Amino acid sequence: MNKTFLSEDILLNIEKPARYIGNEPNMCVKNADDVDIRIALCFPDVYEIGMSNIGIQIIYELFNRREDIYCERVFSPWHDLDAIMRERKIPLFTLESQSPVKEMDMIGISMGYEMCYTNVLQILDLSGIPLYSKDRTDADPIVFGGGTCTYNPEPIADFFDFLYIGEAETKYDEVMDLYKKYKGNRSEFLRQVSHIEGIYVPSLYDVRYNEDGTVNSFTPEYEDVPGKVRRQAVVDMDSVRFIDKPIVPFIKVTQDRVVLEIMRGCIRGCRFCQAGIIYRPLREHSIEYLKDYAVKMLELTGSDEISLSSLSSSDFSKIEELLDFLIDYTSVKKVNISLPSLRIDTFSLDVMNKVQDVKKSSLTFASEAGTQRLRDVINKGITEEDILKGSMEAFKGGWNKVKMYFMLGLPTEGPEDRDGIGDLCEKIAENYYTIPKEERVGKVQISASSSFFVPKPFTPFQWAPMYTADEYREMAGAVMDHIRQQLNQKCIKYAWHDPEVSVLEGVFARGDRKLSRLIETAYRKGCMYDAWSDSFKSELWDEAFDECGMSKEFYNRERDQDELLPWDFIDIGVTKEFLKREWSNALNGVTTPNCRQQCSGCGARCYEGGVCFESKN
Amino acid sequence: MKVRIKFSKHGNTRYIGHLDIMRYFQKAMRRADIPIRYSEGFSPHQIMSFAAPLGVGIESDYEILDIEITEQVDPDTAIRRLNEVMCDGIRVLDWKYIDDNTGNAMSLVASADYFVECDCESLDPLNQPEIIITKESKSGDKKKVDIKPMIYKAELTGDGVFLHIAQGSAGNLKPDIIMSVLNISKYHIIRKCLYDTNGLTL
Repeated sequence: MNKTFLSEDILLNIEKPARYIGNEPNMCVKNADDVDIRIALCFPDVYEIGMSNIGIQIIYELFNRREDIYCERVFSPWHDLDAIMRERKIPLFTLESQSPVKEMDMIGISMGYEMCYTNVLQILDLSGIPLYSKDRTDADPIVFGGGTCTYNPEPIADFFDFLYIGEAETKYDEVMDLYKKYKGNRSEFLRQVSHIEGIYVPSLYDVRYNEDGTVNSFTPEYEDVPGKVRRQAVVDMDSVRFIDKPIVPFIKVTQDRVVLEIMRGCIRGCRFCQAGIIYRPLREHSIEYLKDYAVKMLELTGSDEISLSSLSSSDFSKIEELLDFLIDYTSVKKVNISLPSLRIDTFSLDVMNKVQDVKKSSLTFASEAGTQRLRDVINKGITEEDILKGSMEAFKGGWNKVKMYFMLGLPTEGPEDRDGIGDLCEKIAENYYTIPKEERVGKVQISASSSFFVPKPFTPFQWAPMYTADEYREMAGAVMDHIRQQLNQKCIKYAWHDPEVSVLEGVFARGDRKLSRLIETAYRKGCMYDAWSDSFKSELWDEAFDECGMSKEFYNRERDQDELLPWDFIDIGVTKEFLKREWSNALNGVTTPNCRQQCSGCGARCYEGGVCFESKN
Repeated sequence: MKVRIKFSKHGNTRYIGHLDIMRYFQKAMRRADIPIRYSEGFSPHQIMSFAAPLGVGIESDYEILDIEITEQVDPDTAIRRLNEVMCDGIRVLDWKYIDDNTGNAMSLVASADYFVECDCESLDPLNQPEIIITKESKSGDKKKVDIKPMIYKAELTGDGVFLHIAQGSAGNLKPDIIMSVLNISKYHIIRKCLYDTNGLTL
C-alpha cells in the first residue's frame, strides 16, 4: 500500500514529486494478479498535460470497466527525473501499481500533436522496450497508438505494433478479446488484429518509393490484410458511457476543471482545419445527457470550474438551454464556467456578462486571415462585419481587450492579405474610439498573433506548400511593419510563433515512413519535449536532417494532385474527390456552405448519423 | 459555525506540497457535500485555514484545518463522508465544533511535537548554550539565528529523536534544521502533535 517506485532521496530532489506517486482520489486500484491484460496508458508529455487530456480519461475508464484489464497511467518524466533515471538506469514505471512498464502486456500511447514524437521514444527507451516494432520479441509488450496524429501515422509507424485509427469507443473491446486469445504470440496477434476495422498494423504493409522520394506503392503483404483502414467513429454519442471515476490530480494540471464534451465534429468546413474534417459528421450529445453528466462530474471531482469542449460551441443546437442550465446550477454551487470557442454575438456577450468578471476577460476572434478574399479562400465563415459588429457590441458592454488570431503562409496569400491584418486591427481600434469618452474604459488593447499555416492530411489544403523559416519571419516582419504605420499602432500588440517549430510540424504532418530514422536520430542527440519552447532544439534537428540526408523542403513542397500520399490508405469517410473539389474552390475563392445550410456531399454521411441525418425543416 | 478538523497524512501523500493539499481539501469538501461557507464577493472561495504548513517529505499524525459551515452536520457523519472521498494515506480523525470567537488555528499554533526516525547516538550538539545557524531569506540575505530558545525538548528514544519545538508565526523551527545540526542526513520525520500558546493541544 502506498509504495513509491522511486526512492525518497530521488522524490525529495526533483520538481513536483507528486507527478510520480499516483494514489489520486478515484484512481483505479486492482490486483494485477486478478486480470488477464495489464495495460500502460501513456500520454507522452509531462503529467500536468497528460492528465488534462480528455481522451486519456475516456480510454482509462473504457479499459478499467472490464474486470479482465488493469489499465494504469504513465507520463513522460520531466527533464530532471529523466536525467536521474538515465544515470542510475531506473526503468520507467506506472503510476497505479508503481511497477515497471516493461512488465505490462501492452502499452497504449495517445498522440495529440506531432511534436510529441521524441517523447514517444523517451517512453519506450526508459521502459527498456526496443524502439522499433521489428526488434521486439514475444517477451516485449505490444505497443499501440491512437489519437489525432494517427490520421497520418507514417512518420512513427515503425515504432508501433499497431495503431487505432479513430474514436476509441467502437473497437477496443474486440481488440482486447483478441489479444487474450493470442497473448504471447505477437506475430499471430498482429496478423489477426489487422482484420478489425480501424486497426493498422504497419509491419504488414510494404511501402515502395519513386526515385524522387515520393511514395510509389503502398500494399498489404498478405491477401487477408485490408488495403484500406477505415477510421472509427461513434454514431450515437449518448451511447458513450459516463466516466464513473474521474481521477482528481493532486497537483494543479493545465486543465484543472471538468471538461464537458458536448459534441464531436464540426459543420464549418474551414479548409485549413484537420479536426473539422476528420471528425465529421457533427454528432451532438442530447441535452439531457449533458445536464446529467455535468452535475455528476462536478460532484465526483469536487472541481470548482466547468468548461465546454467542442470545435465550435455556438453550433451546438441547444447551446442556450445548456448554458442557462449551467449558469443556474453553478451559481448555487459556486462553480465557474469557462466558455471557449463561442462566436461573439449578442447571446454570447450576454452569457459572458453573467459568468465572467468583465474587467478581466478579453474577447477572442479567430479571423485567421486579414482580408475577406483570403477568408473566402480558407472558407472561414466569419466576415469583417461580424468582427466589427461583435467587437463594437462588446466595447459598448464594457470590454476593451480583444485578441485576434491569424495565420500566415496560407494558400494564395499575398502582401495585401498581410497588410489586411494591420488594417483590420486598426479598424477595430478606430471603432472603439467612436464611443464617447465617458462611456469607454480606458484604452483599447488589441493583441494580434500569427501562427504559420501547416497543411494537414485530410484537409482541402493537404496539397499546399509550406515555406522556410526565414520566409515566415519575413512575412511576420511585414505584418509588424504595417501595424506600426497605423494611427492606433500603440494599442496593437503583435506576436508570432516560432517558425522553426511550424516547419518541423509540417514535415511530420505530411511525412512518410522514412522519418522514423530522423526522429530516432534527433532523439539520440537529445531532442525531447519539442512542444515546449524552452526544450525545442532547432540546431539538433538540423543536424539530424543532415546526418539522415533528408530535407525539410522535400516534405513541405507543394504536392501533386496525382501523387500517392502517405496517408491515402486511411478511409476517413470524407472522400478525396470532395477534398479536391474544395481545393479547387479555394483557389477560385468560392466558399462552401456549412453542413446545416446545405450538404456538400463530403462522404461522411456513410457513418449514418449526426448532422447528415438531422431533420431539415 | 466554526469547525476544527484533525487529519493525518501518511505514506506517499507526504510528497504532496501544502498548496496542493489546500486544493485537495477544497475539492474534497465539495465531493463530501460539506455545507462549507464561502466568502462574499465576485470570486467566492471556501473559508478554510490550515494550522501549520507541513514540509514536503514529512508525515503527520496531527494536522489541523479550520472551516466554517452554514448548517450543522453530525460529526460522525461528516467524518464518514470525508473519509469516503479521501485518498489512501490521508484520514480525517476528528471534527469538532469550536466557539465562533476562537481565533483560527494558524494564529493559535505555538509549538509542535515531532518524531524523527534516524540513527542518532548523541544529542550533544543541541546541549550548548546557544546554537547559531545561518538562515537565508528569500531575497538572499543571510542572517545568523540562535535556534536554542526554539527547542523546548529533545530526547533520544532508541529508534530516533523526539522533539518539541517552536511552530507558528511567533517562532518557527523546522525539524530538518535540527537534523543538520546533529549532522544526520538519513532520517524520516513525523509530526505528532500541535499546541497553542498555553501548551494545550489544538
